Amino acid sequence: MTRYIIRRLIAMPFLLLGIITIAFFISHNTRGDPLISIIGERQMENPDVVAAAKARWGLDKSLPEQYAIYVGNLTTGDFGTSLRTKRPVAQDLLDRLPATLELVIAAMLAGSLTGIVLGVIAARFRDSGIDHLARLWALIGSSTPVFWSGLILLYVFSVALGWLPGPGRLNARTLPPETITGFLTIDSLLSGNLQLFRESLYHLILPALVLGWTVMGIVSRLVRVSMLDVLSQDYIVAARARGARELRVLFNHALRNAMIPTLTIIGFTFAYLITGAVLTETIFSWPGIGSYAVDAARNLDYPAIMGVTIVGGMAFLLSNLLTDIAYAFADPRIRLR
Amino acid sequence: MSAAPLLEVRDLTVRLGGPARRLEAVREASFALAEGTTLGIVGESGCGKSITMLALMGLLAPDIEISGSVRFRGEELIGKSQRELSSLRGKRMAMIFQDPMTSLNPVMTVGEQIGEAIAIHATALSRAARQARALDLLKVVAIPFPERRLRQYPHELSGGMRQRVMIAIAMANDPELLIADEPTTALDVTVQAQIMELLLQLQKERKMGLVLISHDLGVVARVANEVAIMYAGRICERGPVGTVFGRPGHPYTRGLLASLPKIDRTVESLIAIPGSLPSLAQRPSGCRFHPRCTFAQSICTRDDPALLPRGSVDVACHFADKVETS
Repeated sequence: MTRYIIRRLIAMPFLLLGIITIAFFISHNTRGDPLISIIGERQMENPDVVAAAKARWGLDKSLPEQYAIYVGNLTTGDFGTSLRTKRPVAQDLLDRLPATLELVIAAMLAGSLTGIVLGVIAARFRDSGIDHLARLWALIGSSTPVFWSGLILLYVFSVALGWLPGPGRLNARTLPPETITGFLTIDSLLSGNLQLFRESLYHLILPALVLGWTVMGIVSRLVRVSMLDVLSQDYIVAARARGARELRVLFNHALRNAMIPTLTIIGFTFAYLITGAVLTETIFSWPGIGSYAVDAARNLDYPAIMGVTIVGGMAFLLSNLLTDIAYAFADPRIRLR
Repeated sequence: MSAAPLLEVRDLTVRLGGPARRLEAVREASFALAEGTTLGIVGESGCGKSITMLALMGLLAPDIEISGSVRFRGEELIGKSQRELSSLRGKRMAMIFQDPMTSLNPVMTVGEQIGEAIAIHATALSRAARQARALDLLKVVAIPFPERRLRQYPHELSGGMRQRVMIAIAMANDPELLIADEPTTALDVTVQAQIMELLLQLQKERKMGLVLISHDLGVVARVANEVAIMYAGRICERGPVGTVFGRPGHPYTRGLLASLPKIDRTVESLIAIPGSLPSLAQRPSGCRFHPRCTFAQSICTRDDPALLPRGSVDVACHFADKVETS
């Protein structure tokens, strides 16, 4: 297993290079000129300014040359400088990644756990009212656009009821805790500030619920289907024949088998949300990777686009590896070699 | 048989399908099993043998309609809740299944599954005591390297080994009744005999009642005290195994026996009962066997014959006399 993991890790940079190459040439071949957002529309008439800006950002070189320089810099850990924020892209990403991770992990935890429970219940009471209700709830979750459910929940819980705070990771005037992990909930706990912990946690609830609801919809539907398949297996009858009661049959025997296909979708969803939580991040003013990606794309900020692509690619590669490892633990028939 | 028999099944009827279209999988099956004896149940695939057994164990889906009576040591099981039944299952009545490949949970070790069978009914037992007993059980079913097997997963074992594990699980709480649903059908011929021997030896040692479902007439003839022949959801003949197989009173039993290839005779072709088992939805009127029966008369297409005693045997045939003497 260790050898397998090492082999996969070795292969990763090469896969990443493939992703980078494709993303580089696609993004640099789009219509539009990043210079407009750097120097402004009016200065575009001035050839001297244009030439200077091009030279400053290396845009005067040929595309293959730019590519070679970019990849060369990457190997030294230099992700380039954002055309928009004028800061190193690596720094921008490091600032924003923890916010996204905190949100996505919270959403995945809430969504997966409730999704699994809901899926098990729906399968157990197949075709009954409970099943229909659970499926409707899941369908609403997986098909409601986040920009709608987010706004509605924000209105209800923050504006109308005042139970939860509005957008942002903290109240506007609150100073964040000293950065240790970048997760505000953890950092505030580590610095012993319970007041701050409460505040960051309350801010996390709504966006995590909105995002988690989608996850729950996906997970519960898959768990239901796999549970139904597993529950019709001979070993379920055999478990009942040895006196196993319903809860034991459902959780010890059926769910352990039904989790195997579910792990894939959980891993995939997690990786997807790292760059895919854009809408939630936008609505809740969450300073994460998703909103950074949108800003980058809007301004044709090449280095930032590439940086986000690398983060997204890494997320998929790593979560695929983790999923495969989890598979091996969940299913003894799978051997990683 | 003066005391209440270990198992007494009377008029057990099983209906499948929705309320709109009920299909009768088993109709009025009745049989009894005395303590420590063996009942063989014989019939083609799909004739309702397995469903009968699942019904009496309470293992059928809740939407399946079951009527009649199943008495286990005089105690009525039909109508009991799943909770009540689950405290009987695996403890006083156990079951082993046809396919050991699919009857063990693939993600649990052998030790976990045997341990579970013990733990469900002996909750006070410590983990160590459970493992020790699981090990003993593997020794009882003669599995080589039992210590190692406990930590293995089902896919690491051969079919015969898995069936031995299934038997160990069934034996976990010393049941009084064991239902073996074609326990050797899915196994290699050489392994079949070993598994059968093991079952018989355990039955003798533990004085269990055994219901053996099989389509191996030879095995049934050798090991069973009584036999019930099932056809299309009904028991068509039932009685002491020697009498039933010696002088069959039902044409179906006769056909089954005639279709056995004989090792001491060279035959041009194998003898088969003409036709095939009717499907659940298209059972013929009258006697269900009449379309395939050489004795059939017009009465057979109208009247379903009742299972009536003829000496020590019960037969459901209008022309049982003719069948027996012909």
